[in-house]
Amino acid sequence: MDEILEILEKDARITPDEIAKMLKKSPQRIREVIKKYEKEGVILKYKTVINKNLLKGINTEEVWALIEVNVAPQKDVGFDKIAERIYSFPEVVSCYLVSGTYDLLLVVKGKDLHTVASFVAEKLAPLENVKGTTTHFLLKKYKEDGIILKHKEDDKRIAISY
Amino acid sequence: MREFVSKKVKDIQPSGIRKFFDLVLGMEDVISLGVGEPDFITPWVIREAGIYSLEQGFTSYTSNKGLYKLRLSISRFLKSRYNLEYSADDEILVTVGVSEGLDLALRAILEPQDKVLIPSPAYVSYGPITELAGGIPVYIDTRSTAFKLTPALLKKYIDKKTKAIILNYPHNPTGISYRKEELEELKKIILENKLLCISDEIYGELTYDFEHTPFSTLKGTKDFTLYLNGFSKAYAMTGWRIGFICGPEAIISAMTKIHQYTIMCVPITSQMAACEALHGGKPYVEEMKKEYRRRLQYVLERLRNIDLEYVEPQGAFYVFVSVKKTGLSGMELASRLLKKEKVAVVPGDAFGKQYLDYIRISYATSFENLKEAFDRIENFLK
Repeated sequence: MDEILEILEKDARITPDEIAKMLKKSPQRIREVIKKYEKEGVILKYKTVINKNLLKGINTEEVWALIEVNVAPQKDVGFDKIAERIYSFPEVVSCYLVSGTYDLLLVVKGKDLHTVASFVAEKLAPLENVKGTTTHFLLKKYKEDGIILKHKEDDKRIAISY
Repeated sequence: MREFVSKKVKDIQPSGIRKFFDLVLGMEDVISLGVGEPDFITPWVIREAGIYSLEQGFTSYTSNKGLYKLRLSISRFLKSRYNLEYSADDEILVTVGVSEGLDLALRAILEPQDKVLIPSPAYVSYGPITELAGGIPVYIDTRSTAFKLTPALLKKYIDKKTKAIILNYPHNPTGISYRKEELEELKKIILENKLLCISDEIYGELTYDFEHTPFSTLKGTKDFTLYLNGFSKAYAMTGWRIGFICGPEAIISAMTKIHQYTIMCVPITSQMAACEALHGGKPYVEEMKKEYRRRLQYVLERLRNIDLEYVEPQGAFYVFVSVKKTGLSGMELASRLLKKEKVAVVPGDAFGKQYLDYIRISYATSFENLKEAFDRIENFLK
């Protein structure tokens, strides 16, 4: 992968000027490359990772569920068409086609248990090609997208050494 | 009162910058560019191997030279990485970091008053451990040759009493390293004069612009070289205190004698973790190396912008910067920078008394810290 992407994937706030310094290239060049990636849709979005575990007391309650979905694939389009019908619901945060005992794995988010339950009962399960669902509600998040959801650890090294 | 401390130890000068170190350690919220170890934590696979070994009950001594399976792994690693052949049976000794390896080497080879050449600036321990081993350190100032030892310079310092030279590349504190051709030139003189080359290559895996060449891969050098390496820098394992030394069987066996009576063996947990480092650590080394290189280029660009002079490093994670232009000595600059902007750097005279006009900057810290530190340095120099 292009080093520019590697850098941005880790920290989207690093500026083109800073990337230019790291990679010994001109800032102009870096800006062009990033523009190109954005235009092509290689870079889709920049977002912030929030550790909601730490937002105690503030109203951030939300309920997450992993849902296994068994579907009957359709002729010609296989799973894609039915996947599209499912992932288009805004409640679906992630949607994967997987191998194994079920076909689609969804990550679904709702403001409470009831919302997620009714999404499954009223929207997902009744879909024509959906043959069955199994819903697992998340109890605790430890790590997400490679990030451990804890306070940042302090530097444990002594501040100066040879 | 009877004086118990020996003259030999009393004669070793305490480092003049100890006070400065204490000042740094007493302050809070300092951004430190003064750390001589990686900011990464040991990769989890390696830590996990250490933990697992404890769970399995590996809590005993090992053979003096180190676990055979570790020596075998080291031997195979050197073969595949550098086409370097050292036998796990009698040419490899596992040590408590490169520091112990160096101490053993000097104690094993030096007769009283033997001279040891040390290109300078130099890592702080080389001189004192030479003295403790009864030898005389001879410092070769490399300022006029961009911190690189050259054949001409080397020749000037060799006399009948010269027994060994301590090479260190990539180098602490300058980050400079040598290409194969340059080493070949040095080799000629070292072999002509039958010197032992004690080659501290602890930063070898952190070489950025070209392939690292271990000194003992050069033809004809094996009988004249001790190759020192370890896990501290490449695998971010400084606190595990584990390294190794490879060389001719006779010297390794002499060093093993001292090692068995003083250290016995390296802690088994560290040895078990080191096995895993060699087995599954490579991708992490590559990842860390990439990160260091980006930081290096960023730091050099920032230094250019504030118009401070340096010799471009090729490895390790240091830049040795001349502060002459500021009109301050390295120590003055470091002290004021610490007080005013809470940024710590190491004054150059830590690495030899001539290097008053320098500071060592370590980029073993996060990019955010580097950025903030350089903003502050820029502000300070305004």
